[in-house]
Amino acid sequence: MSALLSIERVSKNYGPRIGCSDASFELWPGEVLAIVGESGSGKTTLLKCISGQMEPTSGKVRYSTRAGREVALDAMSEAERRFLIRTDWGFVHQDAREGLRMGVSAGANVGERLMAVGERHYGRIRSTALDWLGRVEIAGDRIDDSPWSYSGGMRQRLQIARNLVTAPRLIFMDEPTGGLDVSVQARLLDLLRGLVRRLGLAAVIVTHDLAVARLLSTRMMVMQGGRVIETGLTDQILEDPQQPYTQLLVSSVLQV
Amino acid sequence: MNVPAYNFAYLNEQTKRMIRRALLKAVAIPGYQVPFAAREMPMPLGWGTGGVQVTAAILTPEDTLKVIDQGADDTTNAVSIRRFFVKTAGVKTTEVTEEATIIQTRHRIPETPLTEKQTLVFQVPIPEPLRFLEPRETETRKMHALEEYGVMHVKLYEDIARFGEIATSYDYPALVNDRYVFDPSPIPKFDNPKLDNCPALQLFGAGREKRIYAIPPYTSVKSLDFEDYPFSIPRWEKPCEICGSRASYLDEIVTDDKGGRMFVCSDTDHCRKQKSAA
Repeated sequence: MSALLSIERVSKNYGPRIGCSDASFELWPGEVLAIVGESGSGKTTLLKCISGQMEPTSGKVRYSTRAGREVALDAMSEAERRFLIRTDWGFVHQDAREGLRMGVSAGANVGERLMAVGERHYGRIRSTALDWLGRVEIAGDRIDDSPWSYSGGMRQRLQIARNLVTAPRLIFMDEPTGGLDVSVQARLLDLLRGLVRRLGLAAVIVTHDLAVARLLSTRMMVMQGGRVIETGLTDQILEDPQQPYTQLLVSSVLQV
Repeated sequence: MNVPAYNFAYLNEQTKRMIRRALLKAVAIPGYQVPFAAREMPMPLGWGTGGVQVTAAILTPEDTLKVIDQGADDTTNAVSIRRFFVKTAGVKTTEVTEEATIIQTRHRIPETPLTEKQTLVFQVPIPEPLRFLEPRETETRKMHALEEYGVMHVKLYEDIARFGEIATSYDYPALVNDRYVFDPSPIPKFDNPKLDNCPALQLFGAGREKRIYAIPPYTSVKSLDFEDYPFSIPRWEKPCEICGSRASYLDEIVTDDKGGRMFVCSDTDHCRKQKSAA
């Protein structure tokens, strides 16, 4: 068995400024990795580089496909890369409006990826969409409503359904619970945890919220100033942080 | 006699050559939108400047021109474009579909089947079928290049979810030569089957958008649909009230302010022929 995704010394510079530098890690099937750090620490830059949305300045991103072949992202043709991103991968944006097609109904949003891979049977698309809305706890009678009429939490769940409908193997999430109130966050996290475990998904989650990392992830990377300063098992890092910055981060979580 | 104020068919020869180059490319790649340097024409954008430029580029003094707007030969747009070419090119014009060698059209394909000797020129307002789903031109071009047409079905899905059937009734997207999804200009979907395997050359000009595309003779054009909601064309309950035709596309015409209305053929030439035959 080989790593699903291997990142080798990925750096991204914005002109003279550093976005992220020298990040390396491997992600194994079914594993959930959290990238934590303060705002501006390069989390999102790194996520965009490894998910094919942005080209890194240097470094390699390799992915092993369903066929067991290991491909370098920059060596793929654009058509192959876009197909991979549409089918094998998912991307959950912090702002659901970026990840959804706001002009069409919820059902069409969930069905879009199916149609993109060639499904041409309306009845089947619709029943799959209904099934997925159910799995993310959205009532079936909302299927024809526009995402504009959805609450923030529902939009986020719709976005997750839209991404998971083609049974991807790897999902990237950028602050999936950002901007939601605490009780909605908890429900979403619960749902995500269930889905990730049940489907055996591998995931990379970017968050500044340590509670999200604790609940969802198995492994954790702490970033500061564009660099990875600490990596390890989530429990290990949260219980026994080694770096001063990580210690500060862990100790600044509010206890209720 | 004065020196003529215009070159034959208004456009100068350099411009015609530029348009012909675009046309050749368009014919070589059926359904692909070829950019071209559309000129200002002596009519407003949206009145068929694209179609007029294509017609001007392919017109010869021996041609017989027919111009229709919504199927009719006698509506404002059709009359003024026909006059324009009579004045600038001195070509013969006709209202009889069979006699024409070039037919410039807006919104319809004639009911009379076309032949290999004819060329149909469409006036296109928006050539990009993906426009309303993806507003970025850079992105839509990439989608065409990579054949990413799944999103076209999202539009049809929305139709069925909202209206219970594919309610798109004109501008109905179709796949040309199993490769490019194209926008057949605002012809009713009733006319889509006529595009398929047509013996005549079909040229599309979008003046404001500066795009030309084409369907060469005998090219396959498949209207997009779902397996369980196949493409279908509208039918009318009553025949045309002038000629009694049941096979043609009917327009609804309001006849008074008391709710009076009648359904008549939109193709005036077809209607006249049917009536005189009866």
